[in-house]
Amino acid sequence: MIDEKDKLKDADTLTAELQEFRDEVVAKYPKKVAKKRARGIVLSDPSTPPEIQANVRTIPGIITQRGCTYAGCKGVVLGPTRDIVNITHGPIGCGFYSWLTRRNQTRPTSDSDANFIPYCFSTDMQDSNIVFGGEEKLKQAIREAYALFHPKAIAIFSTCPVGLIGDDVHRVARHMMEEIGGGINIFGFSCEGYRGVSQSAGHHIANNGLFKNLIGRDDEVRGSLKYRVNLLGEYNIGGDAFELERIFEKCGVNLLASFSGNSTIQKFENAHTADLNMVMCHRSINYVAEMMETAFGIPWIKVQPIGARSTAKMLRKIAQYFGEQELTDRVEAVIAEEMAAVDAAREKARRRTAGKLAMLFVGGSRAHHYQDLFEELGMTTVAAGYEFGHRDDYEGRRVIPSIQIDADSRNIEEITVSRDATRYRPRKTEEELKALEADGMEFNEYHGLMSQMEKGMLVIDDLSHYEMEKLVEKYHPDVFCAGIKEKFCVQKMGIPLKQLHNYDVGGPYAGFRGAINFYKDIEMMVGATIWKEVKAPWESEDFVEATYVY
Amino acid sequence: MTSVNACKQCAPLGACVAFKGIEGALPMLHGSQGCATYIRRYLISHFREPVDVASSSLGEEATIFGGGRNFSVGIDNIISQYRPKVIAIASTCLSETIGEDVQRLIGEYRAAHRGEVGLPEMLFASTPSYQGTHCEGFHEAVCAAVKALANGRGGKAAGRHINLFCSFVSPEDIRHLKEILADWGVSAVVFPDYSDTLDGGSWGAYRRIPEGGTPLEAIRSCACASASVELGYILNAGGRSGRVRRNVAVQSAGEYLQGAFGVACRRTGLPVGVGETDKLLRLLAQLSGKPVPEKYRRQRSRLLDLYADGHKYVSMKKAVIYGEEDLAVALVAFAVEVGIKPVLCATGGESGKLQETLRETLGETYPEEMAVGQGMTFEQMEATLQAAGVRPDLLIGNSKGYYIARRLDVPIVRVGFPIHDRIGAQRCRLLGYEGTTILFEQAVNALLDDRQRKSPVGYKYM
Repeated sequence: MIDEKDKLKDADTLTAELQEFRDEVVAKYPKKVAKKRARGIVLSDPSTPPEIQANVRTIPGIITQRGCTYAGCKGVVLGPTRDIVNITHGPIGCGFYSWLTRRNQTRPTSDSDANFIPYCFSTDMQDSNIVFGGEEKLKQAIREAYALFHPKAIAIFSTCPVGLIGDDVHRVARHMMEEIGGGINIFGFSCEGYRGVSQSAGHHIANNGLFKNLIGRDDEVRGSLKYRVNLLGEYNIGGDAFELERIFEKCGVNLLASFSGNSTIQKFENAHTADLNMVMCHRSINYVAEMMETAFGIPWIKVQPIGARSTAKMLRKIAQYFGEQELTDRVEAVIAEEMAAVDAAREKARRRTAGKLAMLFVGGSRAHHYQDLFEELGMTTVAAGYEFGHRDDYEGRRVIPSIQIDADSRNIEEITVSRDATRYRPRKTEEELKALEADGMEFNEYHGLMSQMEKGMLVIDDLSHYEMEKLVEKYHPDVFCAGIKEKFCVQKMGIPLKQLHNYDVGGPYAGFRGAINFYKDIEMMVGATIWKEVKAPWESEDFVEATYVY
Repeated sequence: MTSVNACKQCAPLGACVAFKGIEGALPMLHGSQGCATYIRRYLISHFREPVDVASSSLGEEATIFGGGRNFSVGIDNIISQYRPKVIAIASTCLSETIGEDVQRLIGEYRAAHRGEVGLPEMLFASTPSYQGTHCEGFHEAVCAAVKALANGRGGKAAGRHINLFCSFVSPEDIRHLKEILADWGVSAVVFPDYSDTLDGGSWGAYRRIPEGGTPLEAIRSCACASASVELGYILNAGGRSGRVRRNVAVQSAGEYLQGAFGVACRRTGLPVGVGETDKLLRLLAQLSGKPVPEKYRRQRSRLLDLYADGHKYVSMKKAVIYGEEDLAVALVAFAVEVGIKPVLCATGGESGKLQETLRETLGETYPEEMAVGQGMTFEQMEATLQAAGVRPDLLIGNSKGYYIARRLDVPIVRVGFPIHDRIGAQRCRLLGYEGTTILFEQAVNALLDDRQRKSPVGYKYM
């Protein structure tokens, strides 16, 4: 371990070093690879974020954090919805590996409330299905699933061989919808693993499917007419949704649907009756936000309910949007009440965490959001990057028009959405929106990760295993945040790793109580003394001398 | 028949585990990058160790034009970053469906780089995920490695050592097998030996490829061994039978060596329980010409003493046993031996050999009332129990059966793969008299704990 005093270098030295590090790492690759990788490693500049290469294919043989399209579609977006039967059409592996992870927490309202999350449905394709086609087997799987559970909806997820042998999951879905009848909703996703660059393609495909097949099917207005919001891109990792639901309820904010933490089919179908959409994970869900605005007239704002101050900021934005004193007062009261415990916990943790270094390489928004929590802990994020982010997630949405569409994005269906004839209703007048904007509220905007990072810090897209090892070796961060695939490599080097895909045993980390959990967990991790024991006492000379002195 | 809550994983996963048992090897999956990611995640959460598996990251273009370019770029990059001694490649459903000829790709790569120094060995196992289970994948990879490497020129003198093909067991069990052989003074090649690569210490400095694994030279020497011992009766027989058909003859590593090099192949079950461990030890005594070391006589004797002490707690208790086929056979043999009544023996595998293997292994102790199910899912297991009106007292198997144990409110003893809801899967001991001792104690204590927890009195003297 490096001494504290060695670490707290002034900003310029650190920047110079990071620049040097970048050049060193890139130089180790074969020429062509080096050229490509260099474009994905930049030094941040919050005022004018530099262009970064993102959302391009991982180079074969480079060990990546990324998963596949199927994982993004089935595992991430549709995974947390409890009352839909998700059937994986393919060989057993894909379905098995995405079965009931820690990300799929849900809270049924009663014993009779449908919950299929504990089940792993797969067509378990065999070689005969590869040769003769698997559509019949898929139909059979749907019949069996229906006979077992009588679900309201069934979704079919395609794995690699499905696209290759030409099984048409959409046709099967239509066929089975007719065969079973009774208003069952069955739809398929062409989310074969080889499509797209990463799980990000799967998110997009899932977004399209949600919009085409679920959103807007149920017009009944339920619950209070006041403060109706949706939270998009929240996946209930480690129970985050439960904490956020608690906060909204306490504030009197009517959360209609989460996409998709702790969600149900009905909530999706009914989500268009909300008056504001809040986007948490921009990468995975911005498409739904955009489509809902076009079709139904619901404006969206970016929120960041990770970190106590950011959560308070989100609540204030909601109050500002609805513009009613009653809500503003209640929100302020809740913030004041919650922050008392948060402040106490933070001050306690800061004694150990202030001045320490963190690195964040996770997801398509988490590498950004968690910087808020580290800031609250007085820690610096010296290096960060996404696993499957796009340029807009780094540089802000302003760059979207200049992003080149390559073949990998083109093979994802683009759906054209138009104004819904009966359901479109502007939630605010032009003047009201202008007034809100003049007051500092930003609609349809996300400034990206680099807007928050200190100047000169490292930003690396699709961090490779090799680069990770070099980063840790050189900087000895006090905590490294990534996923389980990286965890044990980093820990072998004596650095604690916090899993932010599923929070390992911890969480929730969202909202106020979540922030307290995070402070405690990070305090524990940076305070761990076990790493000092890696070197046995008899390996140090002092010890040897000491034992021989009489 | 489709699947609800499967009791098996896909073949490339098994291949990755086996490949981790080769010294200096880096596995690569020829397919979509998601396969490597999912499989790494799954193995890592079981072993809690770094598991690096590269991928050729095939995209849509490759599905049309073939994955040759991705393959060679992948190999280039693996070599430049990792400098492995071996690149061990397994296929996936993607590459098998589009008909990739990986052996040819390897040949072309070698030809293009002829004369280059330090070119790693490359070997290939065909593991389409739509054939067999992770178990077939594991044994296929073991056999592929032996086929690619064993040539008798590994430096070991001919006929002085044996090969031990140790099957899909925990790193701790591999260490125990090596300990038995060392205590015996038997020179042996144990393969695949992932006892260090998948259960290493804290390092201080990072090693891109962890230490350990069966050395290449040792695998080469497999061809000149005096005999091979294979643990498991069924192994990858699933590749030859029933629903799982293949157009190439599926062999085990031992069968291959016997056919190609005349190395006698001896098979015995996974040594769990007294009876099955006795079989292995007798076989080793026979092959080595040396008696069973005193240490193991004592261990055996202590185990029998333990059985005598504890059998009253387990006698006639009804157990559900599930997992890989050979593991299930071994666990049933153990259960029957200690007086546990297996009511259901289930596996996701489909070799078609489970029932006959159980009969052969158990002989007249075969429990006629036991239901045996191959190709079973957890849902089918539950349905079978319900249909028979049987409420088990105990489950023995991997973590995935936990939900049934929870529903039935009965204890579960975790063995096999995956174990994701307890720590220590890599040190799960099962084999030999000592492993059996631990297993027996776990089973007894799980039942005692259950009784204690449910007792209205709270006895502390059971």
